[in-house]
Amino acid sequence: MPETGGAPVLEVAGLRKEFGDLVAVDDVSFAFPPGRSLAIVGESGSGKTTIARMIVGLERPTRGTITACGHDRSRPVKSARDRRRRGREVQIVFQDPYTSLDPRQTAEATVDEVLRLHHGWPADRRRARVAELTELVGLDARQARALPRSLSGGQRQRVAIARALAAEPAILILDESVAALDVSIQAQVLNLLADIRDETSVSYVLISHDLAVVRQLTDEAIVLYRGEVVERGRTAQILDDPQHSYTRRLRASVPRPGWKPARRAS
Amino acid sequence: MNGPLLEVDGLTVLLDVEGAQRAVLRDISFTMRPGEAVGLVGESGSGKSMTARAIGRLLPRGAEVQGAIRFGDSEVGSLSGAALRRYRGQVAMIFQDPRAHINPVRRIGDFMTEALRTNLGVPAEQARHRAVDMLAQVGIEDGARRLRQYPHQMSGGMLQRIMIAAALLTEPRLLLADEPTTALDVTTQAEVMAILDGLRQDFGLTVLFITHDLELAAAICDRTVVMYAGQIAEVRASSLLHDDPLHPYTAALAAARPDITQTAHRLRAIPGRPLSAFEAPPSECAFAPRCPHARDICLQAVPDLAELDGGLSRCARAHELRGQLQEVPRA
Repeated sequence: MPETGGAPVLEVAGLRKEFGDLVAVDDVSFAFPPGRSLAIVGESGSGKTTIARMIVGLERPTRGTITACGHDRSRPVKSARDRRRRGREVQIVFQDPYTSLDPRQTAEATVDEVLRLHHGWPADRRRARVAELTELVGLDARQARALPRSLSGGQRQRVAIARALAAEPAILILDESVAALDVSIQAQVLNLLADIRDETSVSYVLISHDLAVVRQLTDEAIVLYRGEVVERGRTAQILDDPQHSYTRRLRASVPRPGWKPARRAS
Repeated sequence: MNGPLLEVDGLTVLLDVEGAQRAVLRDISFTMRPGEAVGLVGESGSGKSMTARAIGRLLPRGAEVQGAIRFGDSEVGSLSGAALRRYRGQVAMIFQDPRAHINPVRRIGDFMTEALRTNLGVPAEQARHRAVDMLAQVGIEDGARRLRQYPHQMSGGMLQRIMIAAALLTEPRLLLADEPTTALDVTTQAEVMAILDGLRQDFGLTVLFITHDLELAAAICDRTVVMYAGQIAEVRASSLLHDDPLHPYTAALAAARPDITQTAHRLRAIPGRPLSAFEAPPSECAFAPRCPHARDICLQAVPDLAELDGGLSRCARAHELRGQLQEVPRA
């Protein structure tokens, strides 16, 4: 990936993950500077979610290094202090807003807990920031005090985004974060994510199979196929002029006006 | 046969929601000619799956059904016993998640041939032959081996193709396909769509294709029915739907979807969220609160589903807005 100057906010080098005999991720490398966003594109089994889980620290790489904000995160931390620091470097929003929130915690309490843990602010400062964050993601006062069960999927995903932003991470991983949403709600959440990117210096790592979504939110992209990077470059260029045969097939499979599905000769 | 194969006439379905009977479908009417493919498109809560379930006689217990569903000469709601079993042989259904609709501890062959053996009395060996032939039709060449395998040994795309093959084995006249490719990868989706389209042409199959994706429906359907809040908002030739919609909701839905060919700084989101039928106001346009074209007239009554330029639109201002709903290039 071309360097645009400055130290990368996230750098992944020679990353490999094996599950038994299966090589899920094979020699994946990428880096990008602060404020830029990267898409990791691929289908099921391509290794894209495994990469996300290794960056967050939910899986340990078999080989290779992950460096975020200048700190190595290829190995588990030893202290609670380091764990909290990592939380301020990288946060994640998962695909399913129905299973990624605590069912007994209101949106406000969810955000407040992160503020207390990461910033240790007094109650009034936290209260002000909770109000700011819930407003930023478009939750009204009633929704902010509601439990997840009385919120819609789109509203829950807003809570998950607010919770992730509360830690003020340098990097926000969006793992298929808009895939489960209705089209009209998906557009609202994508606009919200674009606004947040414009207003803060957060970098997104967008994990997605949806090329149209990828185009709206990222500068650069890597295309994964069976754990390996098969193509990389500017997102718009990859979509307008895909070079690898797999990227071309992926691009041709996207329904669009006038699209006719073609059977692949097998 | 010249008449419609399926006729849904004034279908209203009430379900028990939090202790009260509430409408989940309101006055749904449409017909399907033999060999026609119709798309049923909508967001969550629009009633698209409920419509398919009503046609398949798969509504939850306690559902109250008004209106009529006619299939050929029979009134679907009054079928029972042997007649209902015969009907179910003629109307097959495939679902979003094949794994939720197949017994994980039975072999594929056992699952595929069951209806043939038990309902139609086809001998086991002959049933297996027909299953292998049908698997070849959906692009699975090593059918004999597949029949000996279990569902967990298949990928999602393979399993969905097996579900399609199984659904077609009893030679149904109508296939109800409820988001059959939503859980699949896009490249697999493209293959399954191509298979469905091919089978439809080879077998003269009538298909009701349910999806949230306007363009996906247009790929294999002649006509598309767009649903919102338990009602039909628009019926339109699928090829015209994207560029020449008749209802503001259809136009807004097409515009909200990110475009793969251009980077937009902001998408044209629809404010608010989709309403479920039972949340929709009884005497005004259900889409009005989210509609950029809403005026006072939209709040005075539920608009009729009226004919317009070869389609149908449930919009009080449909005539007035003609030609103004097309997608304009994004800023």
